[in-house]
Amino acid sequence: MSRIAARFEALRKADRAAFMPFVSGGDPDFDTSLAILRGLAKAGADLFEIGVSFTDPMADGPTVQAGGARALAAGMTTKRVLDLVRAFRAEDDEMPIVLMGYFNPIYRYGVERFAADAKAAGVDGLITVDLPPEEEDELRGPVESAGLDIVRLVAPTTDEKRLPVVLERASGFVYYVSIAGITGTRSPTMADVEFAVGRLRRFTDLPVAVGFGINTAEQAGAVARVADGAVVGSALVREIGAGGPDMLERVGALARELAGGVAGARA
Amino acid sequence: MSPDTAANSYRLGPDERGHFGLYGGRYVAETLMPLIREVGAAYEEAKNDPAFHEEMGRFHKHYTGRPSPLYFAERLTAHLGGAKIYFKRDELNHTGSHKINNCLGQILLARRMGKTRIIAETGAGQHGVAAATVCARFDLPCTVYMGSVDIDRQAPNVFRMRLLGAEVRAVESGSRTLKDALNEALRDWVANVHDTFYIIGTAAGPAPYPEMVRDFQCVIGDEVRSQIVEAEGRLPDTVVACIGGGSNAIGLFHPFLDEPDVRIVGVEAAGRGLESGEHAASLTGGSPGVLHGNRTYLLQNEDGQIADAHSISAGLDYPGIGPEHAWLKDAGRAEYMSATDAEALEAFQLCARLEGIIPALEPAHALAWVVRAAPDLPRDHILVMNMCGRGDKDVFSVGEALRIDL
Repeated sequence: MSRIAARFEALRKADRAAFMPFVSGGDPDFDTSLAILRGLAKAGADLFEIGVSFTDPMADGPTVQAGGARALAAGMTTKRVLDLVRAFRAEDDEMPIVLMGYFNPIYRYGVERFAADAKAAGVDGLITVDLPPEEEDELRGPVESAGLDIVRLVAPTTDEKRLPVVLERASGFVYYVSIAGITGTRSPTMADVEFAVGRLRRFTDLPVAVGFGINTAEQAGAVARVADGAVVGSALVREIGAGGPDMLERVGALARELAGGVAGARA
Repeated sequence: MSPDTAANSYRLGPDERGHFGLYGGRYVAETLMPLIREVGAAYEEAKNDPAFHEEMGRFHKHYTGRPSPLYFAERLTAHLGGAKIYFKRDELNHTGSHKINNCLGQILLARRMGKTRIIAETGAGQHGVAAATVCARFDLPCTVYMGSVDIDRQAPNVFRMRLLGAEVRAVESGSRTLKDALNEALRDWVANVHDTFYIIGTAAGPAPYPEMVRDFQCVIGDEVRSQIVEAEGRLPDTVVACIGGGSNAIGLFHPFLDEPDVRIVGVEAAGRGLESGEHAASLTGGSPGVLHGNRTYLLQNEDGQIADAHSISAGLDYPGIGPEHAWLKDAGRAEYMSATDAEALEAFQLCARLEGIIPALEPAHALAWVVRAAPDLPRDHILVMNMCGRGDKDVFSVGEALRIDL
């Protein structure tokens, strides 16, 4: 069983959802980023989404854009993000790790080589934001043979006619983008999230995670009551961006709060 | 489409998935996918509706001022002493460039789709002005994204857009030029899919845009065909156009793709020189990649990070290129050359003095290639260059480049 499946299975038995933090790999630099990942694990993260930076992230708001830009400025590359995963993996063999990014860096790296290197580094799945199922053929083969999950995004604009296309051969979990918009801008209403997750469950047995616009422990908890996972990105990235000598502590404290919101949601 | 079918025709692309061979496609976030497909379906329907073409033709005639003349550049021809040079005068269109051809088509489509808000990106401001113009004419609110670097160097066009009632939003992300304006427009669209239509300014972006923009710009090449036959009794030997995203060029080229005797030349911006690394020549100096919804040639580093383009012309200052040009390059049907900032500036001044036409800096690049190539061509060689924009907007930046205090 993959790390992703094992984690969601264990959480299901414990009747709780996953707290899934997103940070850009290497933000603000390699060593600090590794320390942030360790802190997130300790704070109760159940799955990591690690961003692979791209100069032109069209689905990201200013906060995540800035995080990616800091990583690039610190010399991060796709290869260095894999190094980061490998370094974390040496200490923790259970945390599921999903890389989230855009197709061009993967394409440029070489799809087959990337899939093999990512697997070897300890990556479990990929979210490629600008690669809809219609364009995925060249990535799917190599990624599936490497044994990585392809996590699909479903948006509020994805109607029931299109859902089967998007969910066909999705694996790991399904990521519901809770707003029609970019990351870190506005928040969804919980009624909309509940409706959308309910609809998704009629089409898939995969765990459903919800992200985009979740900033507080309260929001994360509300999502955790109806979904299998809550993704929080911009709120954490903003704290990283604020910097300062106590940045690691502040990020850890925020993560503990968010993890607490998720863990206590169904109590 | 594969090179095999290309042996029969170069005009069949894209395939039903929006691909020109390896290039093109729809590389967008899921939020946009349903809408992009909706735009594709609506365009397919409009394309086959005579009423759509009739309405567009009426506006072209009475509002844009089409057909634009095909002008024999007699003094330039004599000066260069070689090929017989014609200018396709698309700079005489309403708003001063070819951009209105596309904006008119897209806003008529937006109206058919019932969209109530328009967004656009712009580099030199020519597309922004054309978009703001049709939005004023059809009474739709318009938001134009423009890099803050471009806002500084194209102040007259910024003012024109505001006069036309558009909101110009300065883009401060990335290199603060055209590519970043495109990113911001896409982000706006993702957040406003329910009521907004995105008028993309060039023959790039996710399908159906490359095909749709090309079709709207083909009026250029179609007119050239009949005008040159009327003037010379035959087709031209060479057609040439400048290339940023490549919309004026594909509009000129496409009607000639299946004429094997017509040489087709696109001219990219070589900025401070190809070897300097500071240029915008994606085809000559780039490699295939995925950006802004399509696969095409891009300026990028080994890690797949997009490089900043450089050109004195804000309209060519883009690290990508329309996917059909990428395909035509690989297929060998079109040749892609380049001209530097300095060569374009020379050609700009030469044209003003010899022909009484101040070209935009964009076609000044095509003209720079003409100046280089024409002397070596025989006098009966007919060369048609698309004068795709006028240079009024550029006089300040040219003055600055020539260190003349205006």
